[in-house]
Amino acid sequence: MHRFLLAVLRRDLTLAARRRGDWMIAQFFFVMVASLFPLGVGPEPDMLARIGPGVLWVAATLASLLSLSRLFADDHQDGSLEHMVLSPEPTVLLVLGKSIAHWLIYGIPVLLIAPVLGIQFNLSWDAILVLELSLLLGTPILSLLGGVGAALTLGLRGGGVLLTLLILPLYVPALIFGAGAVDGVMTGTGAEAHLSLLGAFMVLSLMISPWIAAAALRVSLE
Amino acid sequence: MPDALLSVHDLACARGERLLFKDMNFSLAAGELLLVQGGNGQGKTSLLRLLTGLARPEAGEVRWRGEAIRDVNERYHEEMCYLGHANGVKDDLDPLENLRFADGLHGRAFDAARAVATLRRLGLSRCLDLPCRVLSFGQRRRVALAALLLAGSTLWILDEPLTGLDVHAVALMEGLIRDHLQAGGMVVATTHQALNLEGVKVQRLLVGSVAIPELV
Repeated sequence: MHRFLLAVLRRDLTLAARRRGDWMIAQFFFVMVASLFPLGVGPEPDMLARIGPGVLWVAATLASLLSLSRLFADDHQDGSLEHMVLSPEPTVLLVLGKSIAHWLIYGIPVLLIAPVLGIQFNLSWDAILVLELSLLLGTPILSLLGGVGAALTLGLRGGGVLLTLLILPLYVPALIFGAGAVDGVMTGTGAEAHLSLLGAFMVLSLMISPWIAAAALRVSLE
Repeated sequence: MPDALLSVHDLACARGERLLFKDMNFSLAAGELLLVQGGNGQGKTSLLRLLTGLARPEAGEVRWRGEAIRDVNERYHEEMCYLGHANGVKDDLDPLENLRFADGLHGRAFDAARAVATLRRLGLSRCLDLPCRVLSFGQRRRVALAALLLAGSTLWILDEPLTGLDVHAVALMEGLIRDHLQAGGMVVATTHQALNLEGVKVQRLLVGSVAIPELV
């Protein structure tokens, strides 16, 4: 069972390594969106520190959507998705493997870039640490829930836009608790409550979303 | 028929509002070839997708070793290999890597020497280290056929396996099908091309209402 999971992971990571441009686009987008805000709202340090957590979280959310539309689409196009679904292992594991691969390809770079952008927004080191923690708990949610959206919109025309409309509302709790945690540490109310809720939401999506995505995938392939 | 491994009972298939076929019954035993025939749009591919379990039938069921494939999904997929219109070959990987990942996903140990030998047998010895992106359509089809051979499945479900293949490859394919059947395997295939299959037990199944001239 875990061998299958590892096989899916290795496959997706190898493919990502062959097409670096594809996933770097999402990271450039993340940096771009986050960098446009200081230019737009002006350079006052206090103001930037106040909007910083929210802006970084929204930018991370949008960047995840950019890469999610291709999660199953490429494999669907060349037929390898059917082959994977027809493997003896359950489809749930396939979806889980692909979501984890997506997180490794998209989430880890976001975690690495975010502190630098945090400095740009004049966040304190405490706030940057909590931002990292919230992204560590939150970006897997984006990849897992995004898998459901990618499976539902597979093979539809304009699937990318539909995916955005479908999944962004589901991202709202992650966004609220994620940005709220950083706000909490900056205003002195503490971040534990937000981070705990974010963690709970992550565990919940880990348990539920692969099943929904697998069912959606079977419907989309029919 | 007691020795039938694959059997279909009162199968019906609809695409949207349109009923493609209904009350379809057949069974296939080890060593038999089922040639699915019919004009374009008559439901050949839909039938094959029902047989793989990718699609759900409107009515009736497909059984493998006497049990509905829906219930024995995982065991059935261990013994079945499907080759559809799309090859399932990743363009960014070379043929050998494609085969390695196919083996990994099906939980088989990868035997590199055997994979290379299979690719050579299919006439791909000069393309082993090229990404599949630069291969021709027919060559990519051959990579997919290599994956089919390495899978070692009992049942092959082939949707137009000869598309894009040259005369040599078609002859090779006929030989492969014959070998597979003689070794006790089973094949369900659709094709518009004539196949030379002497000494093979062939069942024919006409899907839809449009009669077509004799092919084999």
